[in-house]
Amino acid sequence: MLSKKVSLLRDGLAKSALPETANYVRLGYDPVDQALKGGLRRGALHEVFASAGHETAATSFAAGLVARLAKGKQVFWISQEFASREYGVFCPPGFFEFGLDPSRLVFLSAARLQDTLRAAGDALACAGLGAVIIEVMGNPKALDLTASRRLVLASARNSVPSILLRLGAAPQASAAETRWLVKAAPSAPEIDDWGQPMFDVSLIRNRQGRTGQWVFSWSCDDGRFEEAKAAFGAVVSTPANRQAEAA
Amino acid sequence: MALWFQRLPTDRLKRHKPQTSGSLPLVVAEKVQNALCLSAVDQAAAQLGLYVGQPLANARAMVLELEVAVADLLADASLLEQLADWCDRFTPVVALDPPDGLFLDITGAAHLFGGEKKLLGRICGTLRTGNFAVQAAIAGTVQAVHALARHRDGCIVEEGKEAQAVSPLPIEALQLDPVITHAFRRAGLKTIGQAAGRKRSEIVSRFGADTLAVMDEALGQGGRPISPRRLPPDYWQAENFAEPVLTLDVIQPTLQALAASLCTVMEQNGVGARRLEASFFRSDGAIRRIAVETGGPVRAVPVIGRLFQERLTSLADPLDPGFGFDLIRLAALRVERMETRTSSFDTAVQAQDEIDFLVDRLAVRFGRGRVMRFYPQDSHVPENTWLATPAQNAHETAASWQTVRAHGEAPRRPLRLFAPPESIEIRHMPLGLQWRKAWHAITQWEGPERIAMEWWRQETSQVARDYYRAEDEMGRRYWLYCELSVPPKWFLHGVFA
Repeated sequence: MLSKKVSLLRDGLAKSALPETANYVRLGYDPVDQALKGGLRRGALHEVFASAGHETAATSFAAGLVARLAKGKQVFWISQEFASREYGVFCPPGFFEFGLDPSRLVFLSAARLQDTLRAAGDALACAGLGAVIIEVMGNPKALDLTASRRLVLASARNSVPSILLRLGAAPQASAAETRWLVKAAPSAPEIDDWGQPMFDVSLIRNRQGRTGQWVFSWSCDDGRFEEAKAAFGAVVSTPANRQAEAA
Repeated sequence: MALWFQRLPTDRLKRHKPQTSGSLPLVVAEKVQNALCLSAVDQAAAQLGLYVGQPLANARAMVLELEVAVADLLADASLLEQLADWCDRFTPVVALDPPDGLFLDITGAAHLFGGEKKLLGRICGTLRTGNFAVQAAIAGTVQAVHALARHRDGCIVEEGKEAQAVSPLPIEALQLDPVITHAFRRAGLKTIGQAAGRKRSEIVSRFGADTLAVMDEALGQGGRPISPRRLPPDYWQAENFAEPVLTLDVIQPTLQALAASLCTVMEQNGVGARRLEASFFRSDGAIRRIAVETGGPVRAVPVIGRLFQERLTSLADPLDPGFGFDLIRLAALRVERMETRTSSFDTAVQAQDEIDFLVDRLAVRFGRGRVMRFYPQDSHVPENTWLATPAQNAHETAASWQTVRAHGEAPRRPLRLFAPPESIEIRHMPLGLQWRKAWHAITQWEGPERIAMEWWRQETSQVARDYYRAEDEMGRRYWLYCELSVPPKWFLHGVFA
């Protein structure tokens, strides 16, 4: 009797985990959403590390996460001045093409890491924002466990999600909810047209469940992550564990 | 009110070298028409019969023991500026009267200090304690007060009585052209009153209309305005301290209290402040002004208090109280019409207000230029398609963001752009590019997309570019272009996702 009840509840949990709730935002690619138990949690800190030489891929992956999380609200982007010299300046038309509206963006170019962290604290206290994205270069000492814990608490207080974009850094311990290691994936050969941006993503820390590694792409038209198309126009067979997509 | 510092250059020298005072007579010499002449003499030198304009050689012949300094007009001017700063505490409208005078518009300010007589006594008393030889007078017009300060020290003229006060003054008090003054004297007209007694038509035909205008003004008929050093603020509140204050613990609440009374006045007039300035008057005369700017009109006390707190804590050179501040003034330098708004239940409006306040705070802390918003710009040259302006500035634009890519296609504009574009090398067999000293093999490429430069804007380079998208074996995507010059040059302009 009890075991039946438990299994019923477990079934219910498994089902209810998938639909999007106010606090969880689905990324759109089901295997990832399942690993995250329903999606990325708002009001938490998520860390995106760039593999060496793949800083642009990490930036665009973070932009994709923000576009999902912000839900039409304004986004606060804190950039480090030096990053624009190293990796290129922020190019709004490119972000518009990517699917993140630059007119909903407030951009802060900070000179020092202390400024970045202080500004992030202030921005996360502002409940009107949809998301805050914080660019940090390298592995500075000031960004320790305490600093990341502070960001986690600030995120949770007003339920404003924060993305810590780590460029040119080796993954390290932090209080983040999830940690991603991102690099670009080559698009399939012998296709006539260029495919959508492709990512090779490793989820190396996940407080909600298991970790994993996937290759998937971002759909600029739909504004969500999706399964990578093998070739342009080819019909991809739906895996058995995947819900049928609305055409 | 006019102030005249009759011995400004020598007073300045004595302030810097106190040991010289009393020892030797001090004069300042300046080269006039190839001869060194005295431009200022101190008290001791004046008593020995030296006068301004005397050739230095004559002065040396008269007085053997004489200390001579070279005139420094710039230092004199900056000292006059400092004195004007100090006078700011009495009225916001202070004008310079170079080389050695000041005008203070004390209309509506005198009663704050117990009347004109007390104000005059206080200003002159304090300056004289600081070893400045100063003369002052109060009158209704600029010309009259200028003459009276130099010839009748401490004179306070009631409104409309200028003619009586000025008439007995010598004709030199008008500071006309020496030729005209000389002509007046030769005609036997030694005082302003005698000159004014002549027919107006006579004076105009002999000395010109300008002379008559100056005389009229001196006699209190009509007058030119003074041009203040700083624009007087529309709204201001000040707090005087009996004892100079030193600590932020006192300064912060004082600013809050000033903001509260300022906001009350602004609310009655239906305006909000866009630019606020706090002036800290140190007891030794120095002034520190700190301004904050906001993106929209504000008159909320906590907001203003918070902005100043941000500014004070983020100052690169902290507020140095010295011996303490004896006056703190808060002024709204720029105000805008502001409607009273009932607090909205609309979350979007609330969110926008919160973000505006966040932007204001960060702009105050890091500088306006660091907090930006992006606006589309009507151009097809990739680096000119957007404009980054301070987020506090409202920016109206008719242009909208344009997608270049077709539906279902990958982005055709990069996420990050290199400014300036970075020079690369292209290798054809096998296809690859060298960027930042590393070779990347190109597996796929697409293009060209030709972008011609805007020839109607002369300052941009005139060479058209052929843009290509390329992907290396790791999946990294580049945006490169070939400048259509001879020989063609390759550049990496941006990177894609």
